[in-house]
Amino acid sequence: MAEGILVVTNQEEGRVRRVAYEMLAVAQELAPGKVTALTFGPGAEQTREGLGRYGADQVVALNGPAYAAYSSDGFADAVAKATESLDVEALFFPANAWGKDLAPRVAGLLKAGLASDCTDMFRRDDGRLGAVRPVYAGKAFARVAIQSPRQVFSLRPNIQPIKETGRAGTAWDFDPGLDAASFKAVVTEVLTSQGGQLELTEADIIVSGGRGVKAPENFKVLEDLADALGAALGSSRPVADEGWVPHSYHIGQTGKVVSPTVYFAVGISGAIQHLAGISGSKYIVAINSDADAPIFKAANYGVVGDLFKVVPALAQEIRAIKKDA
Amino acid sequence: MKILVLVKQVPDTATKIRLNPGDAAIQTDGIKWVINPYDEFAIEEGLRLKEKHGGEVVVVSMGPARVEEAIRQALAMGADRAVHIVKDAVGDSQVAARALARVCQDEGYDLIVTGKQAVDDDQAQVGPLVAVELRLPQVTVVLKLEVDPDARKIRAERELEGASEIVELPMPAVVTAQRGLNEPRYPTLPNIMKAKKKEVKSVPLESLGIDTEPWVVVEELTLPPERPAARILTGEPEEAARELARLLHEEAKVI
Ligand SMILES: Cc1cc2nc3c(=O)[nH]c(=O)nc-3n(C[C@H](O)[C@H](O)[C@H](O)COP(=O)(O)OP(=O)(O)OC[C@H]3O[C@@H](n4cnc5c(N)ncnc54)[C@H](O)[C@@H]3O)c2cc1C
Ligand SMILES: Cc1cc2nc3c(=O)[nH]c(=O)nc-3n(C[C@H](O)[C@H](O)[C@H](O)COP(=O)(O)OP(=O)(O)OC[C@H]3O[C@@H](n4cnc5c(N)ncnc54)[C@H](O)[C@@H]3O)c2cc1C
Repeated sequence: MAEGILVVTNQEEGRVRRVAYEMLAVAQELAPGKVTALTFGPGAEQTREGLGRYGADQVVALNGPAYAAYSSDGFADAVAKATESLDVEALFFPANAWGKDLAPRVAGLLKAGLASDCTDMFRRDDGRLGAVRPVYAGKAFARVAIQSPRQVFSLRPNIQPIKETGRAGTAWDFDPGLDAASFKAVVTEVLTSQGGQLELTEADIIVSGGRGVKAPENFKVLEDLADALGAALGSSRPVADEGWVPHSYHIGQTGKVVSPTVYFAVGISGAIQHLAGISGSKYIVAINSDADAPIFKAANYGVVGDLFKVVPALAQEIRAIKKDA
Repeated sequence: MKILVLVKQVPDTATKIRLNPGDAAIQTDGIKWVINPYDEFAIEEGLRLKEKHGGEVVVVSMGPARVEEAIRQALAMGADRAVHIVKDAVGDSQVAARALARVCQDEGYDLIVTGKQAVDDDQAQVGPLVAVELRLPQVTVVLKLEVDPDARKIRAERELEGASEIVELPMPAVVTAQRGLNEPRYPTLPNIMKAKKKEVKSVPLESLGIDTEPWVVVEELTLPPERPAARILTGEPEEAARELARLLHEEAKVI
C-alpha cells in the first residue's frame, strides 16, 4: 500500500524558504517517519542538513545538469517518476509561484486530485488526508476530500509552525533519468525586482496604504513606519493602478492574498475585495479619518484620525519601544 | 494563428458570501455573475495577438445556461465565436480540464490562453491540467508575452515572489494570464450588437465521452471566524499613537 509523503520544494543557492520547513512539520505529524523531501538545482545538496533537521526522514537532491534551470514540464516528469518509485500516498508543494506552477502539472501526470493553497491538513477517519482551503479569496473556507488513489496538496506559506527534530535526513540517491534536451518550457533568465522589498506573502508585518495617502510622494510616511517596524509595504488596488506603487504591492481578491501577524491598513476604506486579501492576518490595525469606514469592522485595533499625524507619531513610539527592548 | 481562450463565469468580486451550516456550495440567488477577472486579460491578449498576426479567437466556456452571458460579453470584446460546454452537475478542476481539453483538441489551436486563477474556487490549476491533457508546455502567471508564429516560439515573463523570470517555450502551448499583462478593452455598442449574431456552439458535457467523476470534493464550506469588536482609539493623534503602540506591545505582544 502506498504510504508516506513526498515534500517537493524549491531552493535558491542552497537556501530553502520557511514554507519548506512548515510542510515538513505537517508531513511529519501526518506520516511520522515516512517523509521524503525533494529539491532541485545547483546548491540542492546544501539543503539536505536543514531539511533533515526540520523533519525530512530522507532527502533527494536532484542537482544534475538537467535541473540547472527550472522547467515546469521537465521537473514535473521528475517528480512523477520519484512518486512512482517511492509509492507515496501524498505529495506536498509550497503554494508559491514555483509550487503553483508545478503542482497541477504533477497532479495531471499522476492522475491525482489537487487541493491548492491549503491552510490546514488533517488525517480523516477513513485514514486518508483531508484539507481546509480558502475559497473566494478567504471569504469562505472549504473542507475538501481527495478521492483519487494519490493525493496532492499545495500548502499556503507562513501559516504552520516549524519544528526542529535534531536529526539528520538520510540521502536517497535517485535519478529520474531525464535529459534536459526533452524539456520544453525552460527558464532562461531571472529578473530580480524592486530594491530588496520584503515579499508580501511571506512578511510578518505589512504596512499598507490606500487612496487616503493622496499622492505617491506621501508614501514616504508609510515607508518610515515600515522601516521602524521592519515591515513590508503594500497597497490597495487603486493606488497600484494609479502607478503610485508597483503592481506587486496590490493586495486583495485580485492581487496578493496575505497572512501576516499584523496588517496596518492606512487610508484604506475596507472594500470587500480588499478585505478578502487580508482576512488571514492575525491582527488588523486600521488608521482612517472616517470613523464609519468599513475597515474598522474588520480591525482588531483602530485609530480614527489623520494618517499624516498618526503615522509619524506611531513610528516614533515604535522606535522608542524597540530601543527600550 | 488560432487562439483558444478559456473563460469561466464567476460571482462578482463584490459578492457577499452566504451559507447555511453544512452547505457545500454558496447560496447563488441574487448573485451577479461576471467573467473571471483574469480571463479578461486572457481574452484581451488573444485579441491583440490576432490583431498583430491574423487568425481567429475562439472562446471556450463550461457551465450552466447562465454562462452564455459571459460568452456574449467575450464575443462583444471581439472574439470570433464560442463553444459552450453545457454542464449543470458538480465537478472539479480535473473534470473541467478534461472537458475543456477535449474541445480544444477538436477545435485545433496554436495557443491556449486561460486566467491564472478563477476567483471563486481559487484552485489555479485548470490551465496546467489542460496542458498535461494535451501534452503541451505551459507558462503560468504571465506578465508579458511575445509570440513568434513563424519560428513557433514563445517568450514570456512570469511573476515570482518579488521578482520575475523569463520562460522560453515552443508553440503550441498553454499560457495563463496575470493582472498587468494588458488593459482589457470595453465592448463598444456596435460590437455588442454584432456579438448577438456570432456563433455559439453548444456541446453537452455528456457528449464528450470523458470521465466526469470528481476527485476533489468539497464536503463543507464555513465562513471565517468573526473578529472580536475592534478597540477604537480617538482623540489627539500623539496620544492615540502612543496608546496603539502600547496595546501592540503589551496586549497583542507583536512589537
Ligand atoms: C473586480 C474588482 C476587483 C477588485 N479587486 C480589488 C483588490 O484586489 N484589492 C483592492 O484593494 N481593491 C480591489 N477593488 C477595488 C475596491 O472595490 C475599492 O475600490 C478599493 O479597495 C478602494 O481603495 P482605497 O481603500 O485605497 O480607497 P478609498 O475607498 O477611496 O478609501 C480611501 C480611505 O482613506 C481615508 N482617508 C482619506 N484621507 C485620510 C487621511 N488624511 N487620514 C486617514 N484616512 C484618510 C478615507 O476615509 C477612505 O476610507 C476591486 C474592484 C473590482 C470592481
Ligand atoms: C454547484 C457547484 C459545485 C461545485 N463543487 C465542486 C467540488 O465539490 N469540488 C471542486 O473541486 N469544484 C467544485 N466546483 C467547481 C467547478 O467544478 C470548477 O469549474 C472547476 O473546479 C474549475 O476549476 P477552478 O475554478 O478551480 O479553476 P482555476 O483552475 O482556478 O481556473 C484557471 C483558469 O481556467 C479556466 N477555467 C476554469 N474553469 C473553467 C470553466 N468552467 N470553463 C472555462 N474555463 C475555465 C479559466 O481560464 C480560469 O481563469 C463546483 C461548482 C459548482 C457550480
